[in-house]
Amino acid sequence: MMLLQIATQAHPLSGTIAEWVWLLPVLPFLGFLINGGISLVSATHVGPADPDMGHGMVHHDSDAHEVSAAEDHGAVGDDHHAVKPHQYAGLVSIIGPLVLGLSFVLAFMIFSEMRSVSMTTPFIQRYFSWMPVGKLQIDAAIQLDQLSMLMVLVITGVGTLIHIFSVGYMKEDPGYPRYFAYLNLFVFFMLVLVLGANYPVLFVGWEGVGLCSYLLIGFWFSEKANADAGKKAFIVNRIGDFGFLIAMFLLFANVGVLDFAGVGAAAHGMAFGGSLVTAICLFMFLGCAGKSAQIPLYIWLPDAMAGPTPVSALIHAATMVTAGVYLVARSSFLFSIAPVASLVVALIGGLTALFAATIGLKQWDIKKILAYSTVSQLGYMFIGVGVGAYSAGVFHLVTHAFFKALLFLGSGSVIYAMHAAYHHTGNHEDAQDMRNMGGLKKFMPITWGLMWAATLAIAGIPPLSGFFSKDSILSATFERAGHSTLANASLFGISGSFWLYLIYLFGLTAAFLTAVYMTRMMLYTFHGPNRTGEKEQSHLAEAPWVMTGPLVVLGILSVFGGLLNLPEWFHVGRVGMLDSWLDPVVGDAGRRVVTAPSAVSEQVSGGNELVLILIAVVVALAGISIAFSRLKPQKLLPAAQSPEEEGFERVLEHKYYVDEAYDAAIVNPTYQISKNVLWRGIDAGLIDGLLVNGSSALMRGFGWMGSKLQSGAVGTYAWVLVVGVLAVLGAVTLR
Amino acid sequence: MLAESLALSAVLFTIGVIGVLTRRNAIIIFMCVELMLNAVNLTFVAFSRYYGAAGQVFVVFVMTVAAAEAAVGLAIIISIFRHRQSVDLQNINLLKG
Amino acid sequence: MMGEHYSLFYMFHFYFFGVVSIASALAFVTRKSPVTAALWLVNTMFSLAALYVLLDAQFIGVMQVLVYAGAIMVVFLFVVMLLNLGHPSEIADGRGKLPVFVAAVIGIAMLAEIMTISRTHIEAHFAVPKGYAVTQMAQYGAVGSVARPLFNEYLLAFELTSVLLLVAIAGAVVLGRRKDANAR
Repeated sequence: MMLLQIATQAHPLSGTIAEWVWLLPVLPFLGFLINGGISLVSATHVGPADPDMGHGMVHHDSDAHEVSAAEDHGAVGDDHHAVKPHQYAGLVSIIGPLVLGLSFVLAFMIFSEMRSVSMTTPFIQRYFSWMPVGKLQIDAAIQLDQLSMLMVLVITGVGTLIHIFSVGYMKEDPGYPRYFAYLNLFVFFMLVLVLGANYPVLFVGWEGVGLCSYLLIGFWFSEKANADAGKKAFIVNRIGDFGFLIAMFLLFANVGVLDFAGVGAAAHGMAFGGSLVTAICLFMFLGCAGKSAQIPLYIWLPDAMAGPTPVSALIHAATMVTAGVYLVARSSFLFSIAPVASLVVALIGGLTALFAATIGLKQWDIKKILAYSTVSQLGYMFIGVGVGAYSAGVFHLVTHAFFKALLFLGSGSVIYAMHAAYHHTGNHEDAQDMRNMGGLKKFMPITWGLMWAATLAIAGIPPLSGFFSKDSILSATFERAGHSTLANASLFGISGSFWLYLIYLFGLTAAFLTAVYMTRMMLYTFHGPNRTGEKEQSHLAEAPWVMTGPLVVLGILSVFGGLLNLPEWFHVGRVGMLDSWLDPVVGDAGRRVVTAPSAVSEQVSGGNELVLILIAVVVALAGISIAFSRLKPQKLLPAAQSPEEEGFERVLEHKYYVDEAYDAAIVNPTYQISKNVLWRGIDAGLIDGLLVNGSSALMRGFGWMGSKLQSGAVGTYAWVLVVGVLAVLGAVTLR
Repeated sequence: MLAESLALSAVLFTIGVIGVLTRRNAIIIFMCVELMLNAVNLTFVAFSRYYGAAGQVFVVFVMTVAAAEAAVGLAIIISIFRHRQSVDLQNINLLKG
Repeated sequence: MMGEHYSLFYMFHFYFFGVVSIASALAFVTRKSPVTAALWLVNTMFSLAALYVLLDAQFIGVMQVLVYAGAIMVVFLFVVMLLNLGHPSEIADGRGKLPVFVAAVIGIAMLAEIMTISRTHIEAHFAVPKGYAVTQMAQYGAVGSVARPLFNEYLLAFELTSVLLLVAIAGAVVLGRRKDANAR
């Protein structure tokens, strides 16, 4: 390996511990190698467990298995436990979280170093030349700057907590080492994604996390529904990746470089709002929409809940799905000069936030609610980065990582408890359906309290973390609706200003709905009478401390995460820490959006901003109180006895029938075309029929003719001979 | 008289070919082959006038081969006739695999 | 090369024997009876022998009469008689109208091709000097002019023909031997 550590002699970070930045992704990779090795060594005992083993009924014949699987409605991701832990469980439980913990410690050390020096340019470490193609030089390089540092801290920090939680949650799973191997691999790829110094390296991480997501969604792949969910996630993400690739190709074709520094420098030379930069940004956003589950590619995320709950927390809430937001923030130098593309980003984000929130209103599966909530919150982040409030979007990313991880892990605890209860009594009910829960407050008080904290945070109740991040996005949107390059631009012939107000309205409505559905979830899960069952109640209990501990840490973070970036009017601690921290990365781009070339710069006045905040808080409180007053957990019936929903509620429960529409509009036509045209027509008809069988029939025909000639009658041979002589003579004659 | 000889030879050869194609009696077909050989001989002789006596040498060889062929061929015909009581080529398909 | 002058006597005999040979050949292929056909073929061969003499190949002419007409055709006739195929009713001969027609077409095509080739593809520069055959004849005699190349350049081939003849005799004997049913 050729080490090309040429640059950055003058960088303040060179020679410090930041030189060890390569160790950040390598540590989880080591964990992956060890855990994967253990998994392979013990392969004879490892495999997807029979989900029915958890109910104390071991089916050995596959028929019975399939019947019971069909009864589980696909929401069986978590209700399964093996009889005893894996033989190497102890070793794996140490290695899996340890490598990540070490990574986090290292990241924190580098972070401290970064804080002590003032750095304005990214710290780029080149390791070797990866793709030298003509003038295009792509290095395997790591870029350490404030944004990637923040992402690394979130990934390793939240990741460590979730790894520790997984030790408890997955301890009885036969695929325990495999699970941790995948999880470590995921963190490795995620760190590659955020640390890559150019788009191709980022793309490697991008695809890698997609792979791990696929592997972990389909972790219990013996259930067809889980395997299908994995495939769905994979395929939908490919659509987005196509867009990302196109964006990269466009960059390469027009700019010639693919590293962030080079593209950032080239962005200065691009035409403001030009078609090229708009196209690049739109294609890039298609990739983000796939990875971060935005309309129209959000459909995979709810299904991704088929994976283990810690996976949902880590990959499908806290880190991977925010990669799209990270990408937009990372490419802020491009998006800030493409106002139309930015408007599209914000609009899609706003639509997604509202749309997913409405679906979340009528879901019964506790994880599905959180999944739609995640989609909705991701929409918020895209509003943030779309309107040019890049640090606000990233701020929401961070706080969302805290409270959504907490919510998922809390729901994991609930499911764990429910499952354990059903396991004891051999009940086959759905452990994730809220109609089977209720009144869990008295059984799991810690989880109850922590999840209420997270719920209030996500609903935007001050002074919890979600309030600050959400508010900064909403106020940024409102502010930019007045004066910004976006407001001056127009989309579909309508002025950007109108769109931004609309997006603000969407965001506000979504905030209201978020408060409603989150409160609904809490009410139905923890309050009211218990619907689990008489016998099961005695087995409901708080999860062990290895699981509750991370919850507590996340709870603290969720409550106080807002301190990271306090607004100016809230003089409790240092104001705008995150904004100033991220300023070297996204500051220029953000200012470019705010200061429109023609508009008179005018800040939203303090009073105006306070009104906006008041509106947001009122909306959130209204949502919670409406939920409390309208929803009656006492009237709820267990899932098995619940009547069908009617009218619009039914539409919501069936998620607007989007999956069905996609099935009818895209999947089925594709399937039918594949089957009837490509398979029956081209493959079976043209290739098999005409080319393969046709040529064989042709040869058989020749053979038949030949066998007719070989009659054995000398006269016939004489005829053939004479014809041959005639031909030869003819050739000579015509020479 | 080269041109005339060659034309005559061509006509005789063609008659031999037509005979081979149209007759079914093995012996007559055999004789048609002899006629074709003779046509070729005529060509040789005609050319030998202009290109040296080697042509006549070839005629001698052709005659020798024809004699050998006649001996073996007729022996074959006789043995086929013994088996099948016929020399009709339509009945003879011993070459069929 | 072609511009030689020939006497009327020569010309008459050349065309006469040419016409006779063609007519006899036509008669030969159209006769049903093998014996008649064979006799017509003998007639063709006699005409050809005369043509050989006219073409300054007296030795070949003699051989034609002796070997072909005298020996080979006699063997043919002998076999025909031996197999008692003399009567046309004993052997169904001739094919249908269509094969005859096709054979005629093929024959005409082949004739046209051979004629074209013989008129266009003869290499004149290989030709020996004019009157070479006559000189040779005067120098070595009719037999000697054939014998010189035969026993010089083509000696090996000549010797090999003896092997060929031996094999042919052996083959004819083996094939012609009546297999005794009790032999095995």
